[in-house]
Amino acid sequence: MRSHAERGNDELAPLPVGRGVGVRAGFTTTLSIFPTIMHNKTLTELSAGLATGQYSSRELTAAFLARIQQHNPQLNAFITVTAETALAQAAAADQRRAQGQAGPLTGIPMAHKDIFCTQGVKTSCGSKMLDNFTAPYDATVVAKLNDAGMVMLGKLNMDEFAMGSSNESSHYGPVKNPWDLNAVPGGSSGGSAAAVAARLAPVATATDTGGSIRQPAAFCGVTGIKPTYGRVSRYGMIAYASSLDQGGVIAQSAEDCALLLNAMAGFDPRDSTCVDQPVPDYTAGLGDDIAGLRIGLPRQWFGEGLSNDVAQAVRAAVGQFEQLGATVVDIDLPHAPYCIPCYYVIAMSEASSNLARFDGARYGHRCENPKDLLDMYMRSRGEGFGAEVQRRILIGTYALSAGYYDAYYLKAQKIRRLIAQDFQQALQQCDVIMGPVAPSTAFDLGSHSGDPVQMYLEDIYTLPLNLAGLPGMSIPVGFGDNQRPVGLQMIAGYWQEGLLLKAAHRYQQNSDWHTKRAC
Amino acid sequence: MQWETVIGLEIHAQLATKSKIFSGAATAYGAEPNTQACAVDLGFPGVLPVLNEEAVRMAVKLGLAIDAKITPRSVFARKNYFYPDLPKGYQISQYDLPVVGLGRLDIEVDGVSKTIGVTRAHLEEDAGKSLHEDFHGASGIDLNRAGTPLLEIVSEPDMRSAKEAVAYMKKLHSLVRYLEICDGNMQEGSFRCDANVSVRPKGESKFGTRCEIKNLNSFRFVEKAINFEVERQIEIIENGGTITQETRLYDSVKDETRSMRSKEEANDYRYFPDPDLLPLDIAPEFIEQVRGSLPELPDAKRARFQSQYGLSDYDSAVLTASRELADYYEAVAKLAASDAKLCANWVMGELSGKLNEDGLEIGQSKVSAAQLAGMIQRISDDTISGKIAKQVFETLWHEGGTADEIIEKQGLKQITDTSAIEGIIDGIIAANPEQLAQYRAGKDKLFGFFVGQAMKATQGKANPAQLNELLKKKLQ
Repeated sequence: MRSHAERGNDELAPLPVGRGVGVRAGFTTTLSIFPTIMHNKTLTELSAGLATGQYSSRELTAAFLARIQQHNPQLNAFITVTAETALAQAAAADQRRAQGQAGPLTGIPMAHKDIFCTQGVKTSCGSKMLDNFTAPYDATVVAKLNDAGMVMLGKLNMDEFAMGSSNESSHYGPVKNPWDLNAVPGGSSGGSAAAVAARLAPVATATDTGGSIRQPAAFCGVTGIKPTYGRVSRYGMIAYASSLDQGGVIAQSAEDCALLLNAMAGFDPRDSTCVDQPVPDYTAGLGDDIAGLRIGLPRQWFGEGLSNDVAQAVRAAVGQFEQLGATVVDIDLPHAPYCIPCYYVIAMSEASSNLARFDGARYGHRCENPKDLLDMYMRSRGEGFGAEVQRRILIGTYALSAGYYDAYYLKAQKIRRLIAQDFQQALQQCDVIMGPVAPSTAFDLGSHSGDPVQMYLEDIYTLPLNLAGLPGMSIPVGFGDNQRPVGLQMIAGYWQEGLLLKAAHRYQQNSDWHTKRAC
Repeated sequence: MQWETVIGLEIHAQLATKSKIFSGAATAYGAEPNTQACAVDLGFPGVLPVLNEEAVRMAVKLGLAIDAKITPRSVFARKNYFYPDLPKGYQISQYDLPVVGLGRLDIEVDGVSKTIGVTRAHLEEDAGKSLHEDFHGASGIDLNRAGTPLLEIVSEPDMRSAKEAVAYMKKLHSLVRYLEICDGNMQEGSFRCDANVSVRPKGESKFGTRCEIKNLNSFRFVEKAINFEVERQIEIIENGGTITQETRLYDSVKDETRSMRSKEEANDYRYFPDPDLLPLDIAPEFIEQVRGSLPELPDAKRARFQSQYGLSDYDSAVLTASRELADYYEAVAKLAASDAKLCANWVMGELSGKLNEDGLEIGQSKVSAAQLAGMIQRISDDTISGKIAKQVFETLWHEGGTADEIIEKQGLKQITDTSAIEGIIDGIIAANPEQLAQYRAGKDKLFGFFVGQAMKATQGKANPAQLNELLKKKLQ
C-alpha cells in the first residue's frame, strides 16, 4: 500500500478567493515569516506555541485564514468565513493572554458546523431556507467556546439540515474530500471533517444524528467523537431529530478531541435533555495504559456488506490494540438488522415536526408574492427545502399520521429499546466495542445520488449508537484499496467518553495514521 | 318528543405564572405586540423548551382540589399543525398521559346538587394572536401570548342543561381563583370554554352526534350558545335531518352558532411525545407539599361559615362564591366582633350593591373591611341606628374616614337618653291632640305617624326601640 505521507502538498493549488471568503488584504503577505507547517500542529502544540509566545493568536488566525483562502474554493468546506471578526477575536485573545488570563484554548482558531447558531453570523444549516438567516443568539456550545477564548474562523458546510451521508444535499454544493477531490467527504458534517483534514482549521464542531461525525471523520482520515446523548447541550443546535442529535468534535487526534470536549460538555439549563452530570477532565487519563481493556467485536458488523479493505484495516487496528494489552471477544447485537428502518422512522418523524417552523412567516425563505397563506406555506417550503429534506419530511409526516402511528413510530420506539438493550448486554462482556464506521471508504461524488436507500445504508454501523444514546468515536486506521482513509469505530458505555479517548489516544501514540496529511 | 341535552365542557384556564410555560419570558397581559416573546417563544431555529415548575405546581393544585389522581409520569406531546400564530408549527400539549387524571366537581342548580366528572386536565402552551385589522390586507402576528401556560380541564358529558353547564363553569372559575392559579379574567381570555353539545330522546342511553362550540368567554355566552345549539339540533332532527359532527362558532351579536369546520376538515395533529422534553415525573413528596399549601376550598368554607357564624346555607354560599369576598367578610366579622349575621347582611347588601353600581370587584372596594367593621360596631352598641348607618356608609364610600369621625362630625349619634326622648314625645303629643284622640279611639295606624314625627324632630337619631317603647306608653 502506498503511504499517504508521500503525497505532495501541492495537489490543491491556490485558487482565487471564492464565495464568502474575504480575507483582509495584507495578511497573506505577512505569512511568509511564519513557518508554513503551523497549520499542521495539533491543539496541544498550538496551545503551547501560544503560551510560549512563538506566535500570537492573530498570526495563527491569519495563517488559517490564508489557508482557507487558498484551499476552500476547491474543497467548499466553508459556507461563511468570518475573517474580520476572527482577527478581532484573535486580538482580544492576545490581550487576554497578555493579562495572564489565557486558558488552554484561548486564541486557538476553530470553525463551527453551520448547524450551530452564531449571533450576528449567517446560520444556514446548509439550506436555501436559511440562506438569509442571521442567528440572533449563540448556541450554548458556541458561547462556551467563545468564553474559552477560541477564535471562530467561519461556518462549515454540511448536508442540508444534517440530512445526508455525503454532503451532497447542501444548498451550497458538495464538499470535496481533501484526500481525493472525486470522493465525497461523508456527511452530514462533511465540511467539519474536510476542513480539519485539509488543515483549514485545527479543530471543528460537528453534530451526529446517525453517524454525521464518525462517518465523515472516517472518510476524511481524522478523529471524531460523538458524546453520550445529553453530554453536550443541544441549545442553539438546529434540530434534525431531537432524540438522536448530539454535538461533538472533529479534530486531528483524540487528545485534541479531549481538549475541546472539556470546554463543550456540561449541563445546560436551557436544554431539558442535557444531563446534569459532572464533566471529568478528559485529558487527565490520556497516556494511561490500556492493558486488560476488553474489546468486543459485533459478529453482525463483519459480515456481508462490509468491503474487504475496510475489514482488513479495522482488524489490523484491533490487532494493534491487542499488542497494547487489550483482549478481544466476539459479541452479538441481535437486533442489528432492524436498526436502519427503526432509525429512519424515528429520525424522519421527529424531523417532520422539527422542520415545521420553517414556514416563511418569521424568518428564512419566503416565496415571492404569496397569493394566500397556503400558497405562502407551500411555495416557501417547496422552494426553500431541497429534495432530500422534502423526502424525509414527507416520510416522517406519513409515519406519524393517524392510523400509522402505532405501526411505525411506536413500533420503532419499541425496537429502539431492544437495540439499546443489545448494547447494554454487549457492554457487560467488554469495555469498548470496535468495528467499522462505514461499509466502504469514501465513495465517489454522485455515485449514490440516484438511490436514497443506498445512501441510508451507509449509516448501518453508526446509527445504532444514536438509537442507544451511547458515545462513539472514529479514528483513522489506514487506507482502502482506493487510497481513501478507513476509520475505526469505538463505542463505550454511557458517560465513558474518557475511556474512549484514553484508548484512542493510546492507539495514536503507537501509530501514525492520524498524522497523515491530505494536503 | 321529549329531548335530553348532553353537555361536556373543555375549559382553558390560563395559569397565573410569572413566566411562560417553556421559556423565561414574562406573561403579563397587554404589552406592545411581540415585546414579551423571546427566541424560544418565537420558535427560532435551535431553541429548546424548559418546563416551568410553577405551572406543574398549579396543575397539581387543581388536581388535588377536584379529588383527581395526579399522574406520576405524564408526557408532553406535540400537536402538529400549521398556523401563522403557532411559531413552531406544533403546540406542546399533553395527549394520552395528562398530568391530572379523573376527578370530580359538585355543582348546585336550583337547590339540587349534582356531581360532574372531570375526565382530565392537561398542561399546554397557548398560541399567539393573529390580528386581521389595520394591516391593509395583510395580517399581523402578536406572539406575546405564545407560550403562556394553559390548563385544559375536560369534563365528562355529565351536564344536562345550559344552567348546569354554567353552574359547573362558575364553580370551576371560583375554584381556580381560590387556588390562585388563574386570574379568571374572561374578557382577557384567561378563562374560556369550548362546549360539546348533543341531544338525544329522553330515555335513550346512546349519545347523539355532538357539535363543539369554540371559544366561549362569558357565562352568559355559554348559556345562550348552548340553548341556541340545542334548539338548532332538535329542529334538524325533528325535521328528519341528522346532525353532522363539526366545530361551530358562537356569534354573540347575532346570538347564533355557525359552522366552522366539519370532522372531515379536521386536522390530523400527528401527536407524538415531544423529544425535547423528558417525561414529567411527579414525586409523592411534591404532591404532599402542594397539598399542604392548598387553601380552604369553597365547599369546606361554606360549611364552616354555617357552623362558625351561624349563617344560612344561602348566605354562606353567596359569601364563599369567591375567596376575596369570603376573606373580606371574615375580616369584617372578626373586627366587628359582633353579630355575624349583621355583618353578612351589610356585606351582601349595601356593600355588594355599591360594588355592582360602580362595577368594582371586592378587592377594589372603597370601604375596607376595617371601615365597615368600625361602623357595624356602632350599630351594635346602639350609637347609631341601621337607618343612620346607611347614611354613614354612604359617606364612608364617597369620602372615606372612619364611622366614628362621620358620626361625630355629622352629629349622628343616636339619642338614647330616656328623658330627652320623653320630652320630645310630650311635645309631639301636645301639638297633635286630634291624632292622639283618633289613635286612642282605636286607629292603631297612627302609631307610625307619631314615630315619624319623633324621628323628624330628632333627625332620625332617636333610638328606634326606645322610641317605640316610650311612645306606646305615652299614647295609652
